[in-house]
Amino acid sequence: MNFIAVGVGGAIGSLLRFLVGIGSNHLWNVHFPLGTLIANLLGCFILGWFTSSYIKMKKLHPHILTGVGTGMIGSFTTFSTFSVESVQLMQENHYGTAYAYIMLSMIGGLFMSWLGYKLETTIKKPAAAERGDL
Amino acid sequence: MNVLLIAVGGFFGAIARYSISLCFKKVYPTTFPLATLTVNLLGAFLLGILVGSGMASSAYSLLGTGFMGAFTTFSTFKLENIQLREGKNHSTLISYLLVTYTIGISAAFLGIHLGSSL
Repeated sequence: MNFIAVGVGGAIGSLLRFLVGIGSNHLWNVHFPLGTLIANLLGCFILGWFTSSYIKMKKLHPHILTGVGTGMIGSFTTFSTFSVESVQLMQENHYGTAYAYIMLSMIGGLFMSWLGYKLETTIKKPAAAERGDL
Repeated sequence: MNVLLIAVGGFFGAIARYSISLCFKKVYPTTFPLATLTVNLLGAFLLGILVGSGMASSAYSLLGTGFMGAFTTFSTFKLENIQLREGKNHSTLISYLLVTYTIGISAAFLGIHLGSSL
C-alpha cells in the first residue's frame, strides 16, 4: 500500500515540476534552467519543514506521510535534470551560467533545506526528524 | 497527452526510488546515504543517454521528465546533508557532497556522449 501512495505522490510531484517549468518559461525567457532551480529550492524547503514536523502530523496515516514526503516532494525535485542541464550549459560554452547554476543549487539547496528544518526544530526537537526517508 | 505520460513516468520513477531505498536500508545499513547517491548517479547517467539520443518528445515526457525526474531527488539529498551536519558527521557530509556533484555531472556528461553515439 505504501508503494501505491509513493507512486501517486510521484505522479503529482512530477506534474507540479512540469508546471513550474512551463510557468518559469513564461516568466523569464532567459538561457537559464530556472524551472528546475525553483522546483529544487522550493522542494528542499518544504521537505525540510515536513520532515521536522512529522511528530505534529501523527494524526495523519503513515501512508500519507510517505506518499507526500518520499513520493510527492521527492519527485517534485530532481537531480538528473539538474546534472544534464549543467552539462548542456557547459557544452554550449555558457561556463559562467553553468557555474552560477551549480553554486545556486548547491548552496541555495542547503540553505533552503536548513531553513525548513529549523523552522520546526528550533521550537521543539522531534525524534522523528532522524527518520531520513528517501 | 504529455501530461498523462509525465504522471505515469513519475508514478513508476518514485516507486523505483522507494524500492531501492528500502532494499539498501535492509542490505547496507550505514550512516552514509548510499541509496540516494545510487539513484541520483544512475539517474543522471540514464537521463544523459535519453537526452543524448534525442528521442521524441512523447517518449521523453514518459522516461525523462516523468520517470528519471521522479527517480532522482534533490530535496532528499539536501535534507540528508542537513541531517549529517546536525549529527556532526562532517567528513561524511563533505564526501557525500563532493561525490554527488562531481560524479553526478560526469555521469550526465558520459551519458550524453554515449546517447549521441547510439
